[in-house]
Amino acid sequence: MHLDAKIPAGPLEDKWDQHRADLKLVSPANKRKFHIIIVGSGLAGASAAASLAELGYQVSCFCFQDSPRRAHSIAAQGGINAAKNYQNDGDSTWRLFHDTIKGGDFRAREANVYRLAQVSTNIIDQCVAQGVPFARDYGGLLANRSFGGAQVSRTFYARGQTGQQLLIGAYQALERQIGLGTVKMYTRHEMLDVVVVDGKARGIVVRDLVSGEVSSHAAHAVVLGTGGYGNVFYLSTNAKGSNVTAAYRAYKRGAGFGNPCFTQIHPTCIPVSGDYQSKLTLMSESLRNDGRVWVPLKQGDHRAPGDIPEAERDYYLERKYPSYGNLAPRDISSRAAKEACDDGRGVGPGGRGVYLDFAAAIARLGEDTIRERYGNLFDMYAQITGENPYRTPMRIYPAVHYTMGGLWVDYNLMSTLPGLHVIGEANFSDHGANRLGASALMQGLADGYFVLPYTIGDYLAGTKLDAVDASHPAFREAEAEVRSMTDRLLAINGTRTVDSFHRELGQIMWDKCGMARDKAGLEEALRRIPELRAEFWKNVRVPGAGATLNQSLERAGRVADYLEFAELMCRDALVREESCGGHFRTEYQTPDGEALRNDETYSHVAVWEYQGADAAPVRHEEALDFEFVKLATRSYK
Amino acid sequence: MSETMNLTLKVWRQAGPDAPGEFRSYPAVANEHMSFLEMLDVVNEGLTEQGDDPIAFDHDCREGICGTCSLMINGTPHGPKRAVTTCQLHMRSFKDGDEILIEPWRANAFPVVRDLVVDRAAFDRIIQAGGFISAPTGSSPDGNAIQIPKDDAERSMDAAACIGCGACVAACPNASAMLFTAAKVAHLGLLPQGQPERERRVLSMVHAMDEEGFGGCTNFGECQEACPKEISIDNIALLNRDFVRATLGDRESGVRRTAVM
Repeated sequence: MHLDAKIPAGPLEDKWDQHRADLKLVSPANKRKFHIIIVGSGLAGASAAASLAELGYQVSCFCFQDSPRRAHSIAAQGGINAAKNYQNDGDSTWRLFHDTIKGGDFRAREANVYRLAQVSTNIIDQCVAQGVPFARDYGGLLANRSFGGAQVSRTFYARGQTGQQLLIGAYQALERQIGLGTVKMYTRHEMLDVVVVDGKARGIVVRDLVSGEVSSHAAHAVVLGTGGYGNVFYLSTNAKGSNVTAAYRAYKRGAGFGNPCFTQIHPTCIPVSGDYQSKLTLMSESLRNDGRVWVPLKQGDHRAPGDIPEAERDYYLERKYPSYGNLAPRDISSRAAKEACDDGRGVGPGGRGVYLDFAAAIARLGEDTIRERYGNLFDMYAQITGENPYRTPMRIYPAVHYTMGGLWVDYNLMSTLPGLHVIGEANFSDHGANRLGASALMQGLADGYFVLPYTIGDYLAGTKLDAVDASHPAFREAEAEVRSMTDRLLAINGTRTVDSFHRELGQIMWDKCGMARDKAGLEEALRRIPELRAEFWKNVRVPGAGATLNQSLERAGRVADYLEFAELMCRDALVREESCGGHFRTEYQTPDGEALRNDETYSHVAVWEYQGADAAPVRHEEALDFEFVKLATRSYK
Repeated sequence: MSETMNLTLKVWRQAGPDAPGEFRSYPAVANEHMSFLEMLDVVNEGLTEQGDDPIAFDHDCREGICGTCSLMINGTPHGPKRAVTTCQLHMRSFKDGDEILIEPWRANAFPVVRDLVVDRAAFDRIIQAGGFISAPTGSSPDGNAIQIPKDDAERSMDAAACIGCGACVAACPNASAMLFTAAKVAHLGLLPQGQPERERRVLSMVHAMDEEGFGGCTNFGECQEACPKEISIDNIALLNRDFVRATLGDRESGVRRTAVM
């Protein structure tokens, strides 16, 4: 596997402009001769599909949901970052770039992140033009708020529904193209393989989730915008359907997988309430603008929060990180919550929770202001817990939220499999070892609106692509493999449900490859996962048939992939003998418990290459050269 | 820990769009902290273990925002709690011994796919007809070049909060999609960016709504009651006003404007 990141030479601030000038173009008359498949219709997929169709390409877009509007980007709450400096508080492209590199604990590529910061401002303009109803001040201008890991207010928002509004903007642009006949949309279709012809990605195999029909689709290039793999932990803030299948099957066809162990545990989620729990609900990071995080000072203090006097509370983020306080980055805040609970000072059932308290903000600003800022989040909390957060502090605990790892891509967003492009959360690119809040929406839309539409043209214009259609033997073979996997799953007829395996896998991953990891635990996970996988293939029960809507079968295929992918994550976590961002190896910490990076040995992207079902994958490295930023120990104190 | 509830579910089972459907009874055990869908998950795990087909239902984010979940629960879309989707409905809204009737959305324009799953693609086609602002990527001015009064942005956001779940259609005696369509007309029509296409949008979307086989609006107001995002029927008044203005505008100009995209 050859890793050439194709980073343009020259000064950081000129790289993207120069690169755009150098990229080959496809003439308007020729664009319609190229067919591009886009898998996924979230912020990245929908924005790419709409933009490429506007340019004149033939586009087919696939999603497993019943409508592209339901992709999980819709659940993003807090906001989207952009270096507009509308608040006159010292923001700039450089500062957004630097915050993102530092927030990612110096494990992201400088050139990509700088480009992201550059195009961030175009995204806001584009979304406003589409009719995204961002929050505004009385003068009619756009409002901003602060997010973790930044000391400026650069986050644009639409109440607590920013992801929804941005996705609806992209969805409407996509639907417009569907109406114009330039995009063919396939809803309730799940991608189950990438088809490689002459070493290039030339199409996909999908299953129609309603009829069960397996079919092939050929194209000149394939784009995956299929999101992250947080559901490997079973419990996460991801939608139930979010899965690694498309990315993992691309990996098996030759796309390298970058930094799979880099997962983000979000500090502010509603704690688990019981073993029937099906998912975890995020409480937006924006709440930390006005909420104060605390636990009782004493261990085992079971008094009601209102009965604990100020002097007996530990506002531990404010104490440990005075300059960022409650807006410390996610990885740091999550670990601090875990430490407090491990120390016996957690609150709520099982002691796995900390308070997020709005009493001071309500006293200062009034309940109406708090309701205006966070009303829908408070309602959601009340609905789930039956408690009133205006009166009693919220209880929160960290939960799996986002995956920084993903398919490796070069500067053009192309994977190691030529023709296969990867955008949004599905790629590994811009967030290093920890993503800052409000940066996922920025990256998904940057990739889809403003990067891929340029770079994919260069691939199409500069690559010899023979005519290939779905009758090619490579498609027939991939289809046969997909059918045989489906048949196998249906034929096992064992005694355990798909979900029971998924829960057990999730528990292993949370315990051994979650917020804190160590060598012994990871090795144990690497023993247990293959055992569980073997049991799955002997003893899972998938009821029903293949030629119909069968939700158990859908889940079974996804869990089968998670059972392999989990092993890759643990391998990656085991080899990376340092702590950085969301990857915290307990053996590598400073005396005061902060992450201890090892830049000498691990200042690189780990890229895994599949070697077949019975062989260990090979690990490659893309060195990260920091030409423009000085590597430093991350401090938020 | 909370007390266990024993419930009886009467669930609509239907193998496919053309197959006959029927209600079947299932016992369910729940506690107050479970969500309604978690209660159904537990029933489905039991059915699977017994070798029966689990109940098919749509769901995804389970946070009340994606609009995938549906269900008529005791005759009410998304169940008894106001402004709550089925996925966020918790079992504390029920009590031990309850019998719960669970049905799919029922509307000609939303054919049943299987059990409780329906096809809502008609909503996407209404959006295709005109539920957008034509703003090709790259063509926009600076975000702050367009000043929008805060109240207008807020009203637009109120309408834009629609999650496209279809509860309004399911609640309507005429199975009208008026609230869904009006929410989009209002979201875009209340913003300065939405003005150039305002008339064309309303004509095209209403035409598409009729083509899809949704019924007419006769102002029952059930849609507003059922909407988990509390979208107001004031939006329907706005749609009607825009529709009349667009139609009259056509007559005066002497140009018969058909619903075009």
